[in-house]
Amino acid sequence: MSTINLAVNGQSVSGEVEPRTLLVEFLREQLRLTGTHVGCDTSQCGACVVMVDGKSVKSCTMLAVMADGCDVTTIEGLAEGTELHPMQQAFMDNHGLQCGFCTPGMVMSGLDIVNRHGNELDADTVRRELNGNICRCTGYQNIVKAIRAGARAMGD
Amino acid sequence: MQENGIGASVRRKEDQRFLLGKGRYTDDINVAGQTYAVFVRSPHAHAVIEGIDARAAAAAPGVVAVLTGEDLAADGIGPLICGVVVTSDDGEPHRAPAHPALAQGKVNYVGDHVAVVIAETLAQARDAAELVEVNYRPLPAVASTADAASDGRQQIHQEAPNNICFNWPFGDKAANDEAFDSAHKVSSIELVNNRMVTNPMEPRAALGEYNSGTEEITLHMTTQNPHVHRLVLAAFNQLAPEHKLRVVGPDVGGGFGAKIFVYAEELVVGWACRKVNRPVKWTADRTEAFMSDAHGRDHVTKAEMALDENSKFLAMRVHTTANLGAYLSTFATMVPSYLYAFLFAGQYATPLIYSEVKAVFTNTAPVDASRGAGRPEATYLLERLVDVCAADMELDPAEIRRRNFIPKDAFPYQTPVVQCYDSGDYEAALDKAMELADYSGFEARAAEAKNRGKLRGIGFSSYVEACGIAPSAAVGQLGGGVGLWESAQVRFNPTGNVQVFTGTHSHGQGHETTFAQLVCDQLGVPFENIEVIHGDTAKTQFGMGTYGSRSLAVGGVAIAKACDKLIAKGKKIAAHAMEAAEGDIEFTDGNYTVAGTDKAMNIAEVAFNAYVPHSYPEGVEPGFDENAFFDPMNFSFPAGTHICEVEVDPATGEVEIVDYTAVDDFGKLVNPMIVEGQVHGGIVHGIGQALLEGCHYDENGQLVTASYMDYAMPRADNAPDFRIDYAPTDPPHNPLGVKGCGEAGAIGAPPAVINAIANAIGAKHVEMPATPETVWRACQSAV
Repeated sequence: MSTINLAVNGQSVSGEVEPRTLLVEFLREQLRLTGTHVGCDTSQCGACVVMVDGKSVKSCTMLAVMADGCDVTTIEGLAEGTELHPMQQAFMDNHGLQCGFCTPGMVMSGLDIVNRHGNELDADTVRRELNGNICRCTGYQNIVKAIRAGARAMGD
Repeated sequence: MQENGIGASVRRKEDQRFLLGKGRYTDDINVAGQTYAVFVRSPHAHAVIEGIDARAAAAAPGVVAVLTGEDLAADGIGPLICGVVVTSDDGEPHRAPAHPALAQGKVNYVGDHVAVVIAETLAQARDAAELVEVNYRPLPAVASTADAASDGRQQIHQEAPNNICFNWPFGDKAANDEAFDSAHKVSSIELVNNRMVTNPMEPRAALGEYNSGTEEITLHMTTQNPHVHRLVLAAFNQLAPEHKLRVVGPDVGGGFGAKIFVYAEELVVGWACRKVNRPVKWTADRTEAFMSDAHGRDHVTKAEMALDENSKFLAMRVHTTANLGAYLSTFATMVPSYLYAFLFAGQYATPLIYSEVKAVFTNTAPVDASRGAGRPEATYLLERLVDVCAADMELDPAEIRRRNFIPKDAFPYQTPVVQCYDSGDYEAALDKAMELADYSGFEARAAEAKNRGKLRGIGFSSYVEACGIAPSAAVGQLGGGVGLWESAQVRFNPTGNVQVFTGTHSHGQGHETTFAQLVCDQLGVPFENIEVIHGDTAKTQFGMGTYGSRSLAVGGVAIAKACDKLIAKGKKIAAHAMEAAEGDIEFTDGNYTVAGTDKAMNIAEVAFNAYVPHSYPEGVEPGFDENAFFDPMNFSFPAGTHICEVEVDPATGEVEIVDYTAVDDFGKLVNPMIVEGQVHGGIVHGIGQALLEGCHYDENGQLVTASYMDYAMPRADNAPDFRIDYAPTDPPHNPLGVKGCGEAGAIGAPPAVINAIANAIGAKHVEMPATPETVWRACQSAV
């Protein structure tokens, strides 16, 4: 077992993990931050995307020990109380979610797209950048719309 | 008319918790003392189990128990069942081999359940599962649908000679043959409806808890129909008596059919938690989902159409071999029979239809309903066949459809295949779709594309489907073991807010919003004061759940009926309070008024009076809480025309969907925003089938596509923005005037896409999934 110390959603946390423990397992099982989901075993679906030191990471592909000393943000860390982050609000306003399972990963990936491409996003860029996130419900059109609207709102 | 009532695109109530990461899916739930289950699964498609040595696993760190089929049988846990009888051509019911939840001496597909290891941690359970030694004697496997019933194939089940589950002829063969013999032209097509893995994004999961004090089992699980699960688990699997079993479907991350069924894992978790007297949790990983969720489709079909010289359809015949997998899943038999052949009329006035379906067993995962269930298969073959007819008759594909449409004044329309369509105006949808898609401008666009080296094609799909299942009497006549009514309870609390209990289950469809809109509209209660509750057998009365696009068309009507009862009861209470005759009381927009006066009482005040009945009408019960059940009079028949435009790169075979228009008839829309989202999702599901998705077993029955690295799911860049519009009609059988919308896209899209590709490259047919390789090869042979 190894001891890890990291910041999660602005709080310092520590934990004992096996070398094989994945970051997503640590977040879900030890910290009980169950907003981050596991939808596949092969880093394909993106339901587990979190921010590690400001970059999007599939938390099923990162060992918990690798997050030692890092600053992690999960879906639970975006809103101010019940006031949604502009990207979350854009998903609600544009019906960018149905069953909600892929949604945390989609929102986090949306933030990463904004970080890398700015606030004025064209649909093709968003569609291409979402290649690592799978949604079975929405057909993506409203997710693309939501991320574009969220990006604009973040620039306001 | 309420601001947030019927017809308003209200933002969804459920979104806040999902966006905050506060959704509560089964795997998110943790209880004190919980253990973890991992299944030992067969690596062989077909094998005899000669022995299981679990000693090393049982002695491994943290292991609580290792359980096998022997333990299951010793405890009297019954096999999994199939709930719909199809009568085979020999007059006997379909063959139904035993389907044990843990193998009894033999495994029949890769992923079949052999044992379960229960340990203190998930890692310990996984480690110990590796230590279970199973001695297999492999047998030859049957994996291919087309020749599963051929002579000399390996027998899978003793009870099913030649691996045939049923042979099901339907229709008047002699009359049909006669029409074919005298036809001006016979068009035909042979096609495969590719096997799909349903793939809701949340994998299946279950958490079982046993209370030895009350002898009650609580099973949180990924379910679309908690009461159906409880009923089957209690009545057929002897898990626990129905009143000692609570099934909860909390937030469920998509279903699309895959979470209707009673599976081995959930049953074993329920059984094991009592056996080890500890909570037991199981969550599938994605590979387990690929191996053991019920799959969809998998048909091999030949279809023919007889035409007269005016291109009118005279008769149609269909021969299908349908793969049901190794065992029968819960509703497996119904899908390639009643949900399939009863749709062969489509939108057309074809007078004679004859079909034969041969359902076969193979050494593959069970096949059952998956978004559309039978109707996508029917629509695909019919709409592909109609395009072949158009080509054979040298007619425009829109024109041959128009010539054969059931006219709008013919509704309700009795088809030759059981169904009586409720309402429709197929030409209106076609016209609107053609206008929106700028059909007349297609030739110019194709010419422009040709200059860029691209082949541009356009494809139609004019579909009808049967959903809103279903009238119970019809279900009974067809051999179904259940009624398909729905229940509702609408309860005012003394403070005037409302709780709506529905027997349906929402796993993405937005019922918490849509149903609140219905109640808001009817009772005039503010939208924010209405809460919809579903998914827990301890909270809601018996209900049949969500599948077959039935929740609004059946469950919504039950809610409306409960509201009617409340309004009627409220009239008595209001009349007494306002000292008026009941006949003089009117109810509008949430207020009871005395006709011709300015006296009024809000329904919330009436509710308060009902709970504090100090001055109260004689003979009226206290309380303001009503139940209703609704058994539909007919199925619901959404229909529409989808037009897809593609560009094919002949050098690579790559297909780009460049334009897509859908004009659907869903009757009245309650929340247009949600409906449009359902259509988008359905179309992309259908595009996935048409271009990308194909579940593949090799000749030894090994599952080759067992992860998202091998099975291509549609992603954001596989589709353009869609153009969505409606051509509604008013279905006379539905009191709310609504039709289902959840499956239509997945039904309508595949033939629209393939028709467009065939049109682009000038081929008669291209098999799904139309991958670049498939399309490139088709381009080569079309040249």
